[in-house]
Amino acid sequence: MNAGITSYCRITNDKVIVNAQTIDVPRTDSSWLNDIYHAANISYPKFFKMDNLAKAGFLGAELTLQDVGIDKTEPKKNIAVVCCNRSSSLDDDTAYQQTIQNPADYYPSPAVFVYTLANIVTGEISIRNKIMGESAFYVMEHCNPQKFCSFVRGAFSDKTIDACLCGWTEYNNGNCDVLFLFVTRNELNDLELNIEKLYR
Amino acid sequence: MIYQISHNIISSLGFTSEDNYRAVKSGKTNLTLQDKAFSLPEPFFGSLINEELLDAEFSIINTKSIRYTKFEKAAILSVYKALLQTNIAADAPNVQFILSTTKGNVHLLENLDGFDAERVYLWKSAQLIAEFFGNKNEPIVISNASISGASAQITAKRMLEANECDYAIVVGADMLSKFVVSGFQSFKALSRELCKPYDKNRVGLNLGEAAATIIYGKTAQQLPADTIVLAAGAMANDANHISGPSRTGAGLFLAIQKTMEDIQPEEIAFINAHGTATAYNDDMESLALTSAHLNNRPINSLKAYFGHTLGAAGVLESIISSLAIIDNTILKTNNLQEQGTVAPLNTPTENQHCNEHAFLKVLSGFGGSNAALLFKKTK
Repeated sequence: MNAGITSYCRITNDKVIVNAQTIDVPRTDSSWLNDIYHAANISYPKFFKMDNLAKAGFLGAELTLQDVGIDKTEPKKNIAVVCCNRSSSLDDDTAYQQTIQNPADYYPSPAVFVYTLANIVTGEISIRNKIMGESAFYVMEHCNPQKFCSFVRGAFSDKTIDACLCGWTEYNNGNCDVLFLFVTRNELNDLELNIEKLYR
Repeated sequence: MIYQISHNIISSLGFTSEDNYRAVKSGKTNLTLQDKAFSLPEPFFGSLINEELLDAEFSIINTKSIRYTKFEKAAILSVYKALLQTNIAADAPNVQFILSTTKGNVHLLENLDGFDAERVYLWKSAQLIAEFFGNKNEPIVISNASISGASAQITAKRMLEANECDYAIVVGADMLSKFVVSGFQSFKALSRELCKPYDKNRVGLNLGEAAATIIYGKTAQQLPADTIVLAAGAMANDANHISGPSRTGAGLFLAIQKTMEDIQPEEIAFINAHGTATAYNDDMESLALTSAHLNNRPINSLKAYFGHTLGAAGVLESIISSLAIIDNTILKTNNLQEQGTVAPLNTPTENQHCNEHAFLKVLSGFGGSNAALLFKKTK
């Protein structure tokens, strides 16, 4: 474990780190995100209908919560979910655009369209973990630890919130860049520094 | 609490908050059948901002040599008009821009039309909007589906109360496009005629374009006696379904509970609800409002005036409702003939007089998100 953060997970295109431990992910012909899902022994078939952004955020949350020991079956009103990224849902936006680009090949798909809202990833995480606290999605040019921290601190201004599952959740065009953290109220002081350190 | 200093609405009903309010109060809407827009295979019922009128006003204020999209022009013009009524220097370091949008310039994915590919990023539009006014703080973008405009105001409240800034310029905007309309059509969520919020025969929503701005400050100094304050705001998730509303209204009820901690239902003049006129949304709201003992208070929806204006909705509807409470008026829900939600609601079909000093704004959206905002008159 690391000082000041209950738990965290870092996912990039070539590595997965959970609380300073590198996770071994055997590569297959499937996608990197699917490979991580299998390596982590997760059983949640709905994962396979998610878009890449939702998959990336979902995995970040799953791996972060692995050792936190929250009850996934009990509704929880005291946890918030806050995500931010650079590209919002551009990865799925591009996929959806393909379905309407050519009049001769026009087949707008509701299953693809639903993921063209960036905050669906916060919804997927909330559903999986039965989290009923607030959920919010912010967009910024680069991961700015000071702004990220301001959003998380904002979530704690709701005094019913005891913990925040928060993440830089970027996925676009094959590029995965995720840092997820589980932060409690008394860990806020060092949060900005910790985000900076763990994101590097 | 934070104080509304000024506001503006750019919509098909007008380019000032007051013009929009007057149109709504007189029962006007520009929602209409759009059979030529965006070369869609099937028409839709919606309202669009007249681009010629927008360009005419924008060209007068534009001091930059940059080419802007319709989305950016509407947002900039809205902020400009809101700022005109204040003496705030928008380029000062104590001013924070907050943009609420779901899709920004997504239409550029079909055809960049000479714009740089970077323009599809929401932060890029936000930067251009802030830079237009010479503001150098990194703008904040919130993209939280239908509740974005409420989330943006809650973010403004938190930043002002944490002394991260002295003024917050909250601008919500979304334009329609083939992308957005075809998506809602694929969901079978759209009504082919004027939508009927809370009506027994409601069949779906209408879409509309708008940009709306509220400028918030920390103090009542130099503000008129009947200023509106944002007294409380909260969000909660249904943890139930990514696109379907909760069957119980649990998330919205939780958001309302958190917001209503220090106020009794009878102190609320009205609840301006989401009221999209989809079967499930309006039923869900009726359950949540009943759980919160607000089902006997007057409830209205503005969707049959403007359509669902997506990222602008939370800001636009907060402004119209603020003007209504200053005017001691409860606005009727347009096009509501026969009340018909799973739990009965008090939904006036004529404008009414009210004396109470507070109203509640609620929104719910995809991703299971719900938000509630409590506004009060200072006098």
